[in-house]
Amino acid sequence: MRFVDEYRDPAAARALVARITELAADRHLKFMEICGGHTHTIYRHGIEHLLPTSVELVHGPGCPVCVIPMGRIDDAIAVARAPGVIFTSFGDMMRVPGSSGSLLGAKAQGADIRIVYSPLDALRIAVENPDRPVVFFAVGFETTAPSTAATLLRARHDNVMNFSVFSNHVIIGPPLRAILESPDLSLDGFIGPGHVSTVIGQLPYRFVAEDYGKPLVTAGFEPLDILQAIAMLVAQISEGRCCVENQYTRCVSEGGNPRALAMLDEVFELRPTFEWRGLGFIPESALKLKAGFAPFDAELRFAVPGVRVEDPKACQCGEVLRGALKPWECKVFGTACAPETPIGTCMVSAEGACAAYYNFGRLHREVAVTMGG
Amino acid sequence: MCLGIPGEVVELLDSDRHLAKVDVAGVRRNINVGLLEDEDVAPGDWVLIHVGFAMAKIDQDEARFALATLQEMGQAYADEVQAVIGSQIV
Repeated sequence: MRFVDEYRDPAAARALVARITELAADRHLKFMEICGGHTHTIYRHGIEHLLPTSVELVHGPGCPVCVIPMGRIDDAIAVARAPGVIFTSFGDMMRVPGSSGSLLGAKAQGADIRIVYSPLDALRIAVENPDRPVVFFAVGFETTAPSTAATLLRARHDNVMNFSVFSNHVIIGPPLRAILESPDLSLDGFIGPGHVSTVIGQLPYRFVAEDYGKPLVTAGFEPLDILQAIAMLVAQISEGRCCVENQYTRCVSEGGNPRALAMLDEVFELRPTFEWRGLGFIPESALKLKAGFAPFDAELRFAVPGVRVEDPKACQCGEVLRGALKPWECKVFGTACAPETPIGTCMVSAEGACAAYYNFGRLHREVAVTMGG
Repeated sequence: MCLGIPGEVVELLDSDRHLAKVDVAGVRRNINVGLLEDEDVAPGDWVLIHVGFAMAKIDQDEARFALATLQEMGQAYADEVQAVIGSQIV
């Protein structure tokens, strides 16, 4: 029987850091993590300051809220303002700025926008309000998309014809590929996402090692998980190996969740292209409803402006999301852009690198800088 | 939204609709276990819950670790638990 204390054992952390330091030798290694939960753990536990200077962590596009461009928020608000609509959304999306305000602002102006915990809550609202169109704002990577898929299957089975989904689901592989193709990001490996991997397994990451020659290790959310995954990455590099490894075997299997994947396949197909904040248009990176679910597709039932909106000039979210800039390097970090007055999504979402750093990471960094670290 | 939180399955409610009652931080709510249909979820099992769906079965040790990590997140975890409490999955 293992105890939490054992898992948080500082001696174990020190041993892993010693191993990482030894294996890294005189290289300078840069690893990217692409999971909001990992960003949080890293900042919360000051992991970057435990690591030797030979190992640098970079935060990538792991937050599905953060990568939605402003134009899509405008589209969501347009749907919310359509006559009679009850617009439902996860809480995280409510404060994301569009070009003239957020969903929260639209709600204050009279749109019927309701926060839901689950797409099934949205479906229940549709059942309870049969005379009103009810739209669910679907956001998230492959962790969340199966839940939307299951909800749509239920809606179709139960004939809840006033229910529709505005899909902004994205998948993790294509932005990874876009980052690997980016000439200015010389990364040495990746820490693979935790919960996305419970759904998709390990096979979708193979291209990272096989096509681009970079190792990837899927990690859990404990600080020791992250350190162990980093040790595994550095070991691969030191031994001249390059493959996809799984540190999070407690929750992640090689094949993922076949039932969840089957549901995704039944309900969704890939959009030809989709715009990502910071990464531009990426082909086949986002999900839309298949033709068989057309009656439940909000984009077919409502007119959406579909206008491409540039981020505000001061906003450097794009560079932060690509890992080209650290949160504290953004010109407006902590001044014009702070959790109470966010300019961009990296600060709005609890999983955004800037919010995580603002809330947890600054103290560690201040201490480290003071101590000459 | 993005947090996966551990809960203990207390009762299986409706196999057609894949509904189960779970205990999350001492509160009981319904969730959907349809994504784990192939894994025989039973009362006493711990699962990782995300937006009202059980995403994975986890053992009790993993549940404890996950809870410890989540409790350290403070407000974000409290918000997620409140969201579960406010949900009404049927």
